[in-house]
Amino acid sequence: MRKIRLIARLDVKDQYVVKGIQFEGLRKIGNPNQLSLKYYEEGIDEIIYIDTVASLYERNNLNYIVKEATNDIFIPMCVGGGLRTVDDVRNTLIAGADKVAINTGALRNPKLITKIADAFGSQCVVLSVQAKKKKDGIYEAYYDNGREHSGKNVIDWIKEAVEYGVGEIFLTSVDKDGTMSGMDFELIQKVCNSVNIPVIVSGGTASVDDIFGAVNAGASAVAIASILHYGHYNILEIKKQLRERGVDIRP
Amino acid sequence: MNKITIIDYGLSNLLSVVRAFDMFADDVIVTNDFRKVGMASKIVLPGVGAFESGMKGIIKYGLDEILIKCKEKQVPILGICLGMQMLFDKSFENGEYEGLGLISGTVEKLPYNTLYGERQNVPQIGWSTLEFLMMGRYGSNKLLEGIIPGDDVYFVHSYECKPYSQSDVIAYTCYGGRKVCAIAGYENIYGCQFHPEKSGKTGLKIIKNFCLL
Repeated sequence: MRKIRLIARLDVKDQYVVKGIQFEGLRKIGNPNQLSLKYYEEGIDEIIYIDTVASLYERNNLNYIVKEATNDIFIPMCVGGGLRTVDDVRNTLIAGADKVAINTGALRNPKLITKIADAFGSQCVVLSVQAKKKKDGIYEAYYDNGREHSGKNVIDWIKEAVEYGVGEIFLTSVDKDGTMSGMDFELIQKVCNSVNIPVIVSGGTASVDDIFGAVNAGASAVAIASILHYGHYNILEIKKQLRERGVDIRP
Repeated sequence: MNKITIIDYGLSNLLSVVRAFDMFADDVIVTNDFRKVGMASKIVLPGVGAFESGMKGIIKYGLDEILIKCKEKQVPILGICLGMQMLFDKSFENGEYEGLGLISGTVEKLPYNTLYGERQNVPQIGWSTLEFLMMGRYGSNKLLEGIIPGDDVYFVHSYECKPYSQSDVIAYTCYGGRKVCAIAGYENIYGCQFHPEKSGKTGLKIIKNFCLL
């Protein structure tokens, strides 16, 4: 059994970590490098940086932040937002990222996934999926921070992306994002049951119960933001509680 | 003066490796110049990617002969991930390719099935524990000082090193119920299958130990 990973998700806008609710009403949380260093020191397993405004400018502005992070953070780092070409990805990897998360770029042109996987290996291509539940109960893939809908069914899209060579899924429930009201286990279970690659889940984590539930629903990793940013939990405590419940996770 | 020479043969992102060694070495140089490598007091051979293209890079810069000479001069060499695999005699990645032959053994694909017959993911990506026998203050090797069995490190690999001699396995990890060589060592030559520069404090200890050899 692979160890479950606990990931800190940092949404970045204009050099600040921000957090909203359902991607709206972004509040400034702090400096990305200070926060990631704090989470690293507390024992986070991985960090995901998302440029929340990248789509507006059609480019990722996080490279300098990642470059600085490599000074004192020695765990895997994933970067997403605004990556549209293999060259964009190369620049992000040179800046020190180990993986990239792609959403809009892949929805527009799924072959981008294959191009990145061929150039750098599928282990470094993460498909970011923003899932929103429709009235009929079907989940639809969104982009641009949950504002634009793609018309694609989440499960179909994920299966298609696996064929194109994606190595990992980063699933966010748009409905739950930032709400700290509990995770959408139905969504997590559906996605995890439909693919054989690791699934990172996020959106709505309120407590260790949620993380435990997500793991039981099949998640390989849980990405958390609000409960860390607002100081509701520290990482040592979360991991300790998870281990007490029998979850295999790095101390 | 503790000087580390990191070999850049064009394949990998070296930033994190350089930063990690910068923490413990007085001087870190990154080079593909075989003359500089020939004068090095400690060498790091990093690498991400395919074996064949890695060896091509090494040979293109004339580094293969220099590395063999460095071994004879007892210069410590640490290979990381693909860099570790290239230390071995040969690899079966997409064919059969000769390596540097600094440690005896082969490089073979991780099995798609666990020991119990279930499917498993290849590549192995993620945190996994280092296992070794504790002997006194550390395992059988100085590279393990301060590390205890069960400490986690971060792996990303599809191929594994199989040293001919079990005594060259300094630490292993378990994947799908099988032992996979995590750290290999023969005389002054060492290899880590995982990424010490991405393995948090445990990884940094190993990097520090290498710097202090």
